[in-house]
Amino acid sequence: MLRFALLRILSAIPTLFLVVVLAFLMVHAAPGGPFDDERVLPPENARNLAAAYHLDESLPRQFARYVSGLLKGDLGPSYHYRDHSVSELIGAAFPLSLQLGSLSIAVALVVGVSAGVIAALRRNTVSDRLITGMAMTGISVPVFVVAPLSVLVFAVELRWLPASWSGGASGWRYVLPVVALSLPQIAYITRLTRASMIETLSSDFVRTARAQGLSLFSIVRFHALKPAMLPVVSYLGPAIAAALTGAVVVEIVFGVPGLGQLFVRSALNRDYTLVLGVVVFYAALIIVLNLAVDLLYGFLDPRIRNP
Amino acid sequence: MPGGIVSFALAVVCLVLGACSANDADDAQTLHRGIDAEPESLDFHKARSTAAGDVQRDLGEGLTGYTSDGEFVGRAAESWEISEDGRDYRFSLRRDARWSTGEPVTAEDFVYSFRRLVDPATASFYSQSVIDIENAAAIVAGEKALEELAVTANGDYELHVRLARPTPYFLALLTHPSMFPVHRASVEQHGDAHARPGRLVTNGAYTLVAWELGSLVELRRNEHYWDNQSTAIDRVRHHFIPEPAVELNRYRAGELHITDNVPPEAFARIREEQPDELRVAPYLNVYYYGFNLTRPPFRDNLELRRALSIAIDRHALTENVTGRGETPAWSWVPPGVDNYAERQLPYASMSDEERKAAARRAYRQAGYSDHNPLKVEIRYNTSDTHQRMALAIQSMWREVLGVETTLVNEEFQVLLSNMRAKEVTQVFRSSWLGDYNDANTFLQVMLSDAPSNMTGYSNEEFDSLVQRAAEQTEPERRRTYMEQAEAILLADHPVIPIYFYVSKHLVSPQVEGWGDNVLDYHYSQHLSLSPE
Amino acid sequence: MRGLATAGALRQVTGGAAVRVSAGILIVITIAALFGPSLSSHDYFSMNLPERLEPPTLDNARFFGTDDLGRDLFVRTLSGTRVTLLVAIVASFVSLVLGVAYGAVAGYAGGKVDAFMMRIVDALYALPFIFLVILLMVAFERNFLLIFVAIGAINWLDMARIVRGQTLSLKEREFVAAARLIGVPPVVIVFRHIVPNLLGVVVVYITLTIPQAILVESFLSFLGLGIQEPQTSLGALVNGGVSHMERAPWMLLIPASLLAVVLMSFNFLGDGLRDALDPRLKGR
Repeated sequence: MLRFALLRILSAIPTLFLVVVLAFLMVHAAPGGPFDDERVLPPENARNLAAAYHLDESLPRQFARYVSGLLKGDLGPSYHYRDHSVSELIGAAFPLSLQLGSLSIAVALVVGVSAGVIAALRRNTVSDRLITGMAMTGISVPVFVVAPLSVLVFAVELRWLPASWSGGASGWRYVLPVVALSLPQIAYITRLTRASMIETLSSDFVRTARAQGLSLFSIVRFHALKPAMLPVVSYLGPAIAAALTGAVVVEIVFGVPGLGQLFVRSALNRDYTLVLGVVVFYAALIIVLNLAVDLLYGFLDPRIRNP
Repeated sequence: MPGGIVSFALAVVCLVLGACSANDADDAQTLHRGIDAEPESLDFHKARSTAAGDVQRDLGEGLTGYTSDGEFVGRAAESWEISEDGRDYRFSLRRDARWSTGEPVTAEDFVYSFRRLVDPATASFYSQSVIDIENAAAIVAGEKALEELAVTANGDYELHVRLARPTPYFLALLTHPSMFPVHRASVEQHGDAHARPGRLVTNGAYTLVAWELGSLVELRRNEHYWDNQSTAIDRVRHHFIPEPAVELNRYRAGELHITDNVPPEAFARIREEQPDELRVAPYLNVYYYGFNLTRPPFRDNLELRRALSIAIDRHALTENVTGRGETPAWSWVPPGVDNYAERQLPYASMSDEERKAAARRAYRQAGYSDHNPLKVEIRYNTSDTHQRMALAIQSMWREVLGVETTLVNEEFQVLLSNMRAKEVTQVFRSSWLGDYNDANTFLQVMLSDAPSNMTGYSNEEFDSLVQRAAEQTEPERRRTYMEQAEAILLADHPVIPIYFYVSKHLVSPQVEGWGDNVLDYHYSQHLSLSPE
Repeated sequence: MRGLATAGALRQVTGGAAVRVSAGILIVITIAALFGPSLSSHDYFSMNLPERLEPPTLDNARFFGTDDLGRDLFVRTLSGTRVTLLVAIVASFVSLVLGVAYGAVAGYAGGKVDAFMMRIVDALYALPFIFLVILLMVAFERNFLLIFVAIGAINWLDMARIVRGQTLSLKEREFVAAARLIGVPPVVIVFRHIVPNLLGVVVVYITLTIPQAILVESFLSFLGLGIQEPQTSLGALVNGGVSHMERAPWMLLIPASLLAVVLMSFNFLGDGLRDALDPRLKGR
């Protein structure tokens, strides 16, 4: 297991390098620059800015400069937010995205697994069809429709919940963004759990257990659930990636100052260092999380552990 | 296992929610304002956006400034004398002006600050503001030393500035945040990171107590400010809200006292239901379509440019497309500028029928017709309003002239890049915001060598008139030169002015002291909150 | 050689009710999108400012009402559907071609080549694709072609993995061994014999990548990076409808419902096909 983890971490390094190269090239290929504006800068000012931020150096030199900073853990100064460094900006934005992301996945797991189990147990009844129908809707209605609609209904019309993010410190402001973000995940997990549970329930050892007189409830609780969860666990990797995409929309609609929103702004501002910083950070995050998920999978499925 | 999952989830929820209670000191005396972006910097020398300016105007104070009605007054400078030739300025500084540390604000502070502004190492955006000071241009270009800047202190409270040429609007320039003084000791100690809460030392009505990245800045009153007793509001929170729709929701939910903007879709309804809270005022900003004069089809074809301009029904646009009280633009300089009466395009008062006929005549004269229609591209940057405007104008050109227009929507940076290169652009959308209350800020954009001149317009007579006006100290003669210059500009049609922006805000009934002005400056120190 | 797996799938397809209904709905929508606009005298780009923001009505053929610029929503919605379907199908096709070629080659080659190629896939999985797509769109200006490429580039990895898995098992079948014995070159084996047998799996996956592609295009439109005016797509229409939610709810509800129906139909279709084809693929 340890060897496995170490190997994965090692192979992550060339991946990260590839990520940095791609992002660097793309960001510099884009027309415009971090200091371009409708009020065109006089040439001397433009020169001074370029010198201060090393934009007058050749691309390979800028790249080398960036990478050597990266190796020391320095993501550089933000080109757009001139008072702050990239690490500070990411450090301020990330916890929020983390909170939203983990809450939404937690909610999705709880609701999705429960719904999936119920649907599996009551297969082909009304409740099952209802649940699967709702799950299907959850996948099909995009986040950027759900989010503004929910603001309109719950915040502006009914005034039950805050309209957006920094309105007060209450935990209530989490509700709409987390729900919007978790809906598609709930839908997927429900379907996965249901399918997987149905399969597990028809497997031999479960049938044996039933024949021995064990109640359905205890079978599910103690024997069927763990193996049925395997596909859900392996889905967690893509789920996290999906949460990232959905997060951008949710952050923009609700005005949450998270990492997704920071990224979009930095791309539009041509804030080279901030763009690179967010991309590298996210890539590293995905790698670490996928590793964690794989380890969890291995832990849950003895067949993998001892092939 | 389900139990395991549930308890894990609950633990996460509790942990996360518990860790997220921010300290919200919501005094009755905290003003909540929206601004449309996070300031790129609160260092006076490193910012240029209007959002940064709004916050900086609460933090710092320059030699001159404005009252809440937009009247020009001295601030850090009590009085001044200008020499006969208009090149020497002697400022007498207030002796009771203080930094937030309690130290007095002296002439040396201004000397240091202006030098830092033009220092190439600072790499400031707005050193243009002081470019008229003798030697400033050379210093920015790295050709002369900082000490050669013609700004000197004569004792603690007298500041002497010598300009390279008489610049009549110099006093107005001084109101811009890039001209505010910075605290030398703090800058020397903290360098690039001095503009932070707890470090930034300010001479204005407020100090910086918090900067929640991505969210807001919080200001608290500067007890040492010389006019502190006139400041009614203790704390100000500027919230960064880029989406006007989100900002509106927060205003309606009672979270904001003042918004920076009003979304176009909601405007009509708000005007009906809450007219007292809506503040709309003329704004020194013109929305225009520029022509690329360096290439066909617009090079050397004045009639074609005129035709396209005349064919546009500006009234319909301001009523139906923007619909927030904007005014049609029949001139280049917006109305409301000091010492100026803008010229008008001759077809401003034509009826619709006359206008369309005039447009068609010009179109034919330009060599186009139904059999030989003009094919043209309009480029604009991504935005709902620009898109609707372009669609409307495309429709008008088609209907009146039979022009085949293609719309090209580009991301802002891409458009900017193309505009500067002048290779692919034909008609492009742009706007110009005045820096100070004087017609020169608009006219100088169209000088042949102006960097922001994206049209390639070059008219010697126009250039020389603007130049003469910039050096003319006698106001009446200045005004004549500028008006003549504008007349030439309008006749040449390098641009199609479409409408003049208005500033639009929602201001809660609790807020008192709000004054509309063309620069849209609303200093928090002039405002007060009545109890709810 | 007829693909045996494909034939099996086709047989099953006509069995499932959900599949038939979804396919039917999609066919109806496609026909409507292609021919519906001719039922109306309006076009998708003409503005009519006095008639802006009108609710749906039967007179003047304003079946879906008008938008904030007075453009007819019936025609715009249907032509937007056309664009959305086109983008999704072409983008999925791009990811299909990439995925199948890559996966089949890797699976057939086996051994070290396969391991290496799959490593690359693993590496690419870690890239935050959405961000790179955004960067791509920002860098190269939104042109139509690039949208397909960008969307296709996100989805091909899954396809490659599945195809590789299938190829690995197909490789051991007798007809492949027979072909090898005769001396048919590997390239021909891969593309003439193996790929046709993959078609079943591939068809299933296409119906599942199409909704993803639609969502990505909508997301890009949401950010202002998608299809350009006056062309429109369902995603762009929804995005435009959001800002007028209160005054003109039909601007949002009609394209949003249509989008949801299209997505649901593809999902049901894919599910049904997958159930019919290979129960082992469930849960993916």
